[in-house]
Amino acid sequence: MSLRILVQSAPFDTGSEISALLAGRTDIGGIGCFIGTVRGAIGTRSIEAMSLEHYPGMTERALASIATKAAARWPLQSVTIIHRIGRLRPGEPIVLVLTASAHRQAALDSTAFLIDWLKTAAPFWKQEHFSDGETVWVAAKTDDDQAAARWTEQ
Amino acid sequence: MIDILYFAWLKERMGRSAESLQLPPGVTTVAALAAWLRDRDDAGRLAFVDTAIVRAAINQEFAAPDASIADGDEVAFFPPVTGG
Repeated sequence: MSLRILVQSAPFDTGSEISALLAGRTDIGGIGCFIGTVRGAIGTRSIEAMSLEHYPGMTERALASIATKAAARWPLQSVTIIHRIGRLRPGEPIVLVLTASAHRQAALDSTAFLIDWLKTAAPFWKQEHFSDGETVWVAAKTDDDQAAARWTEQ
Repeated sequence: MIDILYFAWLKERMGRSAESLQLPPGVTTVAALAAWLRDRDDAGRLAFVDTAIVRAAINQEFAAPDASIADGDEVAFFPPVTGG
């Protein structure tokens, strides 16, 4: 399996990431894709920006470990994970997960597995900057733990 | 010596992102180090007021409260992760 993991402040180009993943290959039958983006409001409260902090070194190791788990579970030819850090505005992409497999179910399921685990097992922390001036560290959601846990219950 | 790293609101409450210190006598686990930092000063009390929600890593791997710490380790404390 080829693995591409990037943590960067710059935007990513989903089209060129998909092209790179397909380049020179004819053994891929489907690509799963998830893109997480910054929402402009929490309920009725509008957001000016989101900041993302991470643990350099551990982040890359954690993402590689999650990708290795996915590759052990599904027949994957390729995994790309790009996670942005720094200050992002509403509408901007935060994270890209791409998986390539011979079969669509493996591509789709492994994409969901990767984003679910990324949310609970990769050392990133989000801070919301509300339009009213308040800044708040985002609290972890039990929903996210449950989403990741469903992959171990099966 | 051990290196200690702090992230997110733990970093803000500690007023620093990193420090190096001699492993205090009797401190051999993540939980014991968190308790020692909590009792050290006001910043520590604020950061480790609720140790149940503080997560840790040793040498860049997630570590449970009872995980052992040894001289030379890199220990990190942070809130539950919220990426993605």
